Amino acid sequence: MNWMPAIIVMMVCIGISVVRVFMGPGAPTRLVAFDTLNTLVVASLVIVAMMTGNRPFYIDVAIVYALLSYVMTLYVAKYIQGDKF
Amino acid sequence: MVALNIVTYIFIGIGLFFNLVGSVGLHRLPDMYTRLHAATKCTTFGSIFIILAVIIQCAGIWAVEGDSTQSVMIIHVVLALVALVVTNATGAHGMARAAHRSGEKPARAVVDDLEKKQND
Repeated sequence: MNWMPAIIVMMVCIGISVVRVFMGPGAPTRLVAFDTLNTLVVASLVIVAMMTGNRPFYIDVAIVYALLSYVMTLYVAKYIQGDKF
Repeated sequence: MVALNIVTYIFIGIGLFFNLVGSVGLHRLPDMYTRLHAATKCTTFGSIFIILAVIIQCAGIWAVEGDSTQSVMIIHVVLALVALVVTNATGAHGMARAAHRSGEKPARAVVDDLEKKQND
């Protein structure tokens, strides 16, 4: 089982999203691109875990990354919305 | 094992295709809401399929070689999938709400039906 092409395609996807993070007009577009980037990174970490010989600790990193990036998304969304917190 | 690898490759192919479509949709679509529509749903669907491929591969190794440590991998991957699916949906809702309340307009929009419901 060869997982290397999968991780290369995922890197291409991440590169496309990063371009939109730097280009995007306005904060909401950048936030959307960053959220996409976080999802892609979680999927890439799962593939990396399989690629390096089924090591579960990469998946632990992916779980924590998913939850922390969710908190980041909600905080930035609340900041864009103009709420006080 | 060969049939299992073929199924895994097919699932990975579907997942990578949808992830790529989601990333390209960020560039092809005109405003924030349509980009959110493309990116969130496509990447969630693609990640579900990639994780399903990992589950199938680990379950196959477990069944063929009798290596029961693969069950750890399966449980962790399912937890990651649950975290991803729940947080992506609610995060997208929060982003769209925040963008609308901050005054972001859809591209080429003439009428905003939600404008009077702003303070509900």
